[in-house]
Amino acid sequence: MRFLNQIVAVTRLNILNLPQRIATSVVAIVGVTAVVLVFAAVLSMAKGFERTLTAAGSDDVAIVLRSGATSEMMSGFSHEQTQQIANLPGVRRDGDRPVSSAELFVIVDVPKIKTGKDANVPFRGVDASAFGVRDDVRIVDGRMFETGKNELIVGRGAQLEFAGLETGATVRFGRVDWEVVGAFTAGGSVSESEIWTDTPVLQDAYRRGASYQSVRVRLDSPESFAAFSDALASDPRFDVDVYTERDWYASQAEATAGFIRLLGYPVTFLMAIGAVFGALNSMYASVSSRGTEIATLRALGFGPVAVLVSTIIESTLLALVGGLVGGALAFVVFNGFRVSTLGSSFSQVVFDFAVTPDLLTQGIVVALIIGFVGGFLPALRAARLPVAQALREL
Amino acid sequence: MRYFGLIWRSAWRKKIRTLLTILSVFVAFLLFFLLNAIGQAMTGGGATIESASRLVVIHKVSLINPLPISYLNKIAAVPGVDRVSHATWFGGYYQDPKQQFGQFPIDPDEYLPIYPELEIPEEQLEAFRTTRTGAIVGASLAETYGFEIGDRVPLHAMWPQQDGSETWEFDIVGIMTNTSKGGSDAMFLFRYDYFDEARLWSKGNVGWYVLTLSPGANPVEVANAIDAQFANSPAETKTSTEDAFARSFMEQMGNIALIVQLILGAVFFTLLLVTGNTMAQSVRERIGELAVLKTLGFRDQAVLGIVLAESILIIVIGGMFGLLAGAGLLAAVSDTFSAMIGVGLSVSSQSLVLGIAIMLVAGILSGIFPALQAMRLTIVDALARG
Repeated sequence: MRFLNQIVAVTRLNILNLPQRIATSVVAIVGVTAVVLVFAAVLSMAKGFERTLTAAGSDDVAIVLRSGATSEMMSGFSHEQTQQIANLPGVRRDGDRPVSSAELFVIVDVPKIKTGKDANVPFRGVDASAFGVRDDVRIVDGRMFETGKNELIVGRGAQLEFAGLETGATVRFGRVDWEVVGAFTAGGSVSESEIWTDTPVLQDAYRRGASYQSVRVRLDSPESFAAFSDALASDPRFDVDVYTERDWYASQAEATAGFIRLLGYPVTFLMAIGAVFGALNSMYASVSSRGTEIATLRALGFGPVAVLVSTIIESTLLALVGGLVGGALAFVVFNGFRVSTLGSSFSQVVFDFAVTPDLLTQGIVVALIIGFVGGFLPALRAARLPVAQALREL
Repeated sequence: MRYFGLIWRSAWRKKIRTLLTILSVFVAFLLFFLLNAIGQAMTGGGATIESASRLVVIHKVSLINPLPISYLNKIAAVPGVDRVSHATWFGGYYQDPKQQFGQFPIDPDEYLPIYPELEIPEEQLEAFRTTRTGAIVGASLAETYGFEIGDRVPLHAMWPQQDGSETWEFDIVGIMTNTSKGGSDAMFLFRYDYFDEARLWSKGNVGWYVLTLSPGANPVEVANAIDAQFANSPAETKTSTEDAFARSFMEQMGNIALIVQLILGAVFFTLLLVTGNTMAQSVRERIGELAVLKTLGFRDQAVLGIVLAESILIIVIGGMFGLLAGAGLLAAVSDTFSAMIGVGLSVSSQSLVLGIAIMLVAGILSGIFPALQAMRLTIVDALARG
């Protein structure tokens, strides 16, 4: 108890005379703030990207692509094949019709609103069944396109990120004019980055004949996936790959999110090292300015460990303040910040930065480590201060 | 320079503090050179000058829409066009879907002369001309995947062959290197005639055309002439310089530049505080000494210069070590990065100049207030305080 009391007393003293060392302390705090800000900002980008791609990830929807296709772009099916796939066991039926959606996927150049530069936007041919294999797709503005007409509906994300896609506008892709008749949301998922139109109209505009690129089916239950996948594998008519929607999007998110992390972690590590130097500097200054005070405490009977621990506490507290400020800044500035980037299907994915609680927690842990490491050596020096000599210097 | 000894000594007055400050500066500039190189590689800013003399012709709607091979002669006939050839996106992978790299069917006689920086021994090129299933690969790819001349390499592609098979086999007949600085050779080239005949669909189409200009030709006029020729046809074109083409692609990655700027902004803001604080402390401790200097006849400007020089010295030492470490690290990871996004990494002359400019500016900014304070000292007050 007495030992703890000593630590509390010395720590309190340190904190009370902090204002005398305000400049160095602020420098140390800002150093840690910068680390946590950058850490949370960069990694929130990876988080947001993953969250958007996995929002749609449902376990009872399967995606079928041609064997070896690593994106919908590379896949292809005939109309007949899409029908055969839909009628396999494991697929949920609505009355006598299977719940399945054969879709066509092309890319169009649309300028980004922010930069005016062209970007590849996914343009998907669907029919009403697309709503059956996706949860939460809702028309929030205007109406659904009519079949057989050059009309399209635009995801909310795409509408906010790319120019000229307002409801009611007319856009020209290639030699075809399209009327934007509505906007839809899809529970924050990647579909919101897309433009949808009627499949036959799109097939016609892009001279694709009656070809499709992917088939999505709604399964009876997540457990039916094995049956469906076995049926595909054992049927000689097909040479395909099949994924649950959750696995598919997770694999799509991996490359980009991984790349951002590959950038984020080393940068954070280097900045943290820089911040440790800042903290060391500040704590050495603190110890040397308190030399007499520490010697006096020691002469009064305070133990070296109490001095050591209290110095580390001071440095950790400073770093904690920096970490909290950095985390708060990252949250205020970056959470919900909308950007778009090139996903793995060669097309744009619109997403928001997500500064999540676990990122903030990690950031605070980084701050505490910086504080501890930065305080340790100066604390050692403080504890070892020769009492007599320090008092003579008065 | 007369005062260098004095400046050096006073910089090391408190060894630990100066060392820690230099280390902070070191980390800041290390980050600067690394991130700048990555940022430039991602935005195509590191492209070489000769690439500006090449134009790329793609389908107006998007890169994935093919162009007919019949455009080749029409483009060649446009005034100002020197050589023209084509390439197509093969988009296959080797063994594992994660092992993707640039694979393009090309014309062995016409494509390589457009890229003089790609070098390959004459006899290997000859073998490429005579081997229908031949392929030439970049040295960096060959190293990554262990390809050797004579190997038979299967690639799994998005293009089915006539028999429905999606596995294409190629014989490695040559290994090429890219002689331009920072240029990548991470590509796998094979013959278009073999590819076009064997593929199931989209026969007679190519992905894009690339061309070189005749000496003195205006790139903008040539690009407009080409696009005008195909206006209102089923496949309209969009012609841009190779540089602009690469950049437009990388720009789609989005706010990479913004992120890099954010990080560097935070880093340098902190850096200014750290060195500024060090200099302020240092001057505060030396008020007595500075007063003695003035008493000895040092002018106010000389005192200002000495303090400023000290702060610049600290930053330049840290910055130069950051530059060295950065260049070393970049050289070490350049090949890995090149295999990933097709661009190598190095400290460009542009970021070198910018880095040194930042060192000087940061040195002046962090030293200016303590230096002014030192300059304005009146001897009597300072001696009384010190």
